[in-house]
Amino acid sequence: MWLSARLSAATTVLLLPIGVLLAWWLSRTRRRWAVVVEAFVALPLVLPPTVLGYYVLVSLGSRSPLGRAWQDLTGSTLAFSFKGLLIASLLYSLPFAVQPLLAAFAGMDRRLVEASAVLGRSPLSTLWRVVLPVCKAGLASAAVLTFAHTVGEFGVVLMVGGNIPGRTRTVSVSIYDSVQVLDDAAAARTSLALLAFSLVVLTTLYALRRNGSAFRMDL
Amino acid sequence: MAYLRRLLPLLLLVVVTACQHSPTRTTVRIAAASDLRFALQDLTAQVTKAHPDLRLQVTYGSSGTFRTQLENGAPFDLFLSADIAYPEELAAKGLAARDDVFSYAVGRLVVWTGRGSPVDPKAGLSALTDPRVRKVSIADPATAPYGRAAVAALETEHLYDTLRPKLVTAESVAQAAEFVTSGNADAGLVAESLVLGGPLRGVGRWSAVPLSDYPRLVQGGVVMAKGRTAAAREVRDVMLSAAGRALLANYGFSG
Repeated sequence: MWLSARLSAATTVLLLPIGVLLAWWLSRTRRRWAVVVEAFVALPLVLPPTVLGYYVLVSLGSRSPLGRAWQDLTGSTLAFSFKGLLIASLLYSLPFAVQPLLAAFAGMDRRLVEASAVLGRSPLSTLWRVVLPVCKAGLASAAVLTFAHTVGEFGVVLMVGGNIPGRTRTVSVSIYDSVQVLDDAAAARTSLALLAFSLVVLTTLYALRRNGSAFRMDL
Repeated sequence: MAYLRRLLPLLLLVVVTACQHSPTRTTVRIAAASDLRFALQDLTAQVTKAHPDLRLQVTYGSSGTFRTQLENGAPFDLFLSADIAYPEELAAKGLAARDDVFSYAVGRLVVWTGRGSPVDPKAGLSALTDPRVRKVSIADPATAPYGRAAVAALETEHLYDTLRPKLVTAESVAQAAEFVTSGNADAGLVAESLVLGGPLRGVGRWSAVPLSDYPRLVQGGVVMAKGRTAAAREVRDVMLSAAGRALLANYGFSG
């Protein structure tokens, strides 16, 4: 459980800045190939997790250039470690960070951005000082969705992590494990804990969303 | 003083436990097919009795997935597969020595009817033609060795076409058994090790499918070249010793 929480928290913290920059760029760029980038971002939604996990495993594993370089540098493997899981989670949860932010950026009043530009702010400063405060609700959605989605991650973790106790066995994998050994009681206990946790997270998300829209009306 | 004396056993216990976790113990990391779970729990006791310096850390899963993971550098010292083909593949790819591939058992297929079923599986596969048997679960023949064995056995007895409408396919042989315990199937073609060991022991009735009905399911393992090979070989040796084989046979894994 602790491992899942740590993985989800780390994924959220790392993915939010990436998601913000990516979504900001996507919402403003006029380049044609931006749609290809958008499609790539959405890919983890479509791909079965095991397929994504397989690709990540092969590209991080000991046979890949990246995996070998990492092994030479650090002496440990990238796949089957917490760091490997983290990389997989970043990819897997990417659409869950980018989509709400894109929607929020598209929905905001463009005149605010233009005014900020006219007043001499750089695009990044505009993003930080104007856009993000206005899009608080979108930011909150992105954070909570990323967190929750990483907690529920299963196929990717099983493939990339290898279900190693204490290192890569997350909550969802341990439920699968209990079912495999026909230990229904343990599976039910863990599932219930996960269910309660998910419910709390989603309730928080919707509470934040309401506050967010109230905040926008205050403006 | 009396207080201290009462605390003494507790202190001793702490010291003893601390000693048991001394760093001199070697952890052998094992990737094992799911159906070995109950047998391995028992075997672990045997291994630690013979080699107090060893600690076993077992991860259970599907043999095919383990093969892919081991090809990509998964940190396991010993791989116990449900199908010897996977260890052989790893040896062919240079990830293990040829001599380190070994067979530990031959898998056996059984016809199993769950708790309270009116159908007696004594007649073998033909018992499944009983109209009270509406659904028969098997493991996926595309990925699971026991699924392939089930289809082959049905074909050998010329029952495949008759029974095909009743067949439901599960992801693994453990899930095929789960379909029966949950009442979603009336009977299943499952591994003998599942009905002999673990929570399904004594649940429902079963009969073995003749070994000549399907290709031999040789279950094999391999010591991975990159791991703690010496310790992994010690575990293998315990497994293949007379006592180890007797224990495995208790759980439906016999040679």
